[in-house]
Amino acid sequence: MKKRDLTCIVCPKGCSLCVTLSDEGRVVNVEGFTCPRGKEYAEKECTHPERCVTSTVRTADGFVVPCKTARTVPKESVFRVMDAINHTVAPAAVHVGDVLIQDVAGTGVSVVATANKEI
Amino acid sequence: MIEVLKKKLVVIGGGPAGMAAAVAAYEKGERDILILERDTALGGILRQCIHNGFGLHRFGEELTGPEYAYRYEKQVKDLGIPYMLDTMVIEVSPDRTVTAMNKEHGIFRIQAGAIVLAMGCRERPKGALNIAGTRPAGIYTAGTAQKFVNMKGYMPGREVVILGSGDIGLIMARRMTLEGAKVKAVLELLPYSGGLARNIEQCLHDFDIPLKLSHTVIEIHGKERLEGVTVAAVDENRRPIPETAEYIPCDTLLLSCGLIPENELTRGAGIPLDRVTGGAVVDEDRECEIPGIFAAGNVLHVHDLVDYVSEEAKIAGEAAVKFLRGETEKSVSIALKADGKVRYTVPQIIKSVKDTKVYFRVADVYRDKKLVIRDGEKILLSKKKPKFAPGEMETVTLTAEMLKNLSNCQLNFAIED
Repeated sequence: MKKRDLTCIVCPKGCSLCVTLSDEGRVVNVEGFTCPRGKEYAEKECTHPERCVTSTVRTADGFVVPCKTARTVPKESVFRVMDAINHTVAPAAVHVGDVLIQDVAGTGVSVVATANKEI
Repeated sequence: MIEVLKKKLVVIGGGPAGMAAAVAAYEKGERDILILERDTALGGILRQCIHNGFGLHRFGEELTGPEYAYRYEKQVKDLGIPYMLDTMVIEVSPDRTVTAMNKEHGIFRIQAGAIVLAMGCRERPKGALNIAGTRPAGIYTAGTAQKFVNMKGYMPGREVVILGSGDIGLIMARRMTLEGAKVKAVLELLPYSGGLARNIEQCLHDFDIPLKLSHTVIEIHGKERLEGVTVAAVDENRRPIPETAEYIPCDTLLLSCGLIPENELTRGAGIPLDRVTGGAVVDEDRECEIPGIFAAGNVLHVHDLVDYVSEEAKIAGEAAVKFLRGETEKSVSIALKADGKVRYTVPQIIKSVKDTKVYFRVADVYRDKKLVIRDGEKILLSKKKPKFAPGEMETVTLTAEMLKNLSNCQLNFAIED
């Protein structure tokens, strides 16, 4: 058995979590959470951590628009996702929610625009 | 001849506070509203805050800054609330005359029935920090760098040191790292970070960026372009300890050393300011000491979360409509006094008896202490918490019941064992 201390990143409260892991790495117990999402975060963080990636995409007319992964992606894929975003050119006009990349870096998650841009 | 318009409600600033105040006023029935915004679009600083984490309280989901702004922008546009962009307000007078200018109208005046001040805040600049050394290119406030990267698509540099661990600095540490820069360290003068715990975790720990607490930059090096900084630990009086000096090569220094409410217009109108918050002294309606002028959002006090900005702006917008209708009821005058460990409260004064949510901030990190609110000797409310931190704004609600039967015209806010 081993213990791991985490800071929850689900909301701005930033609860201090303590996770007990079995020798095989299974989550045995979580303490310190104040909501169900915190418990879920602790379990995920110790087994398959995920993050939302936010960045900007270049547009065809040379500007940038902000974007995000529509869901969280595996933490180890974050820089591959960034690479894919930086090799993408978005149309000159985009709308909030437009899909800019489908299945980014093989994660099964799409990258969507988070702001409007007119030509 | 200067053009003079007449408007019931003028909102100065089209960021999250201004838009929320205008929408709230509209929903209360006011139609004669005008938002004045100096930038080219509505949305304020949220437009460049492309990271997520906004809106959990307000919308129950995690949004990025531009998405949060868009929710309000859409409401403003759908409701048909008038706004002027590229319009700079240059003066607010105590009789509620607003002087502004833009390309279309030149200089013009608006006689307003009520005004909501929602100008936001700006970053503490380098000049205010007194760092020794040369003055090369490559030194930016974190927010300026954020604008370059997120709105213009330019990287300010490749090897970065960040001074100050405010949230914008932490967010930029991650952003620059994601875009391929090497962030060598984040330095914080204080023994604790002013940023949210979640941002230390997801912006620094995720990328193994060291956070050096009780450290500062003591010298800047480089002639044309920044070449490096000398950093050192500081003692308990925040004085650098020379033996700990260390040279870090870098081409970029970002400063994230606090935000200052932008109150030039407020001061010009003769509205009294709170020396601690840097914003106006207000009552529970967010009304300043000049009747009919209200303030909300970061111009009033710097918030951690935009959700609270929206909440506060709604109070101000609704109260402005009540004022316009002559329905304002001010029956008492209760001063809220902070003991110093509680740094400030907003509102600073209560003028009507109703349930009132009080925002406050503490001066230092306090563990296992309680907030005690006293009416003279009598304890009105006591609330224990495992941790109070300066980086996290706290709230407490004073009920109408509590406010009804006070023996004194002052309530004392204190942090105690």
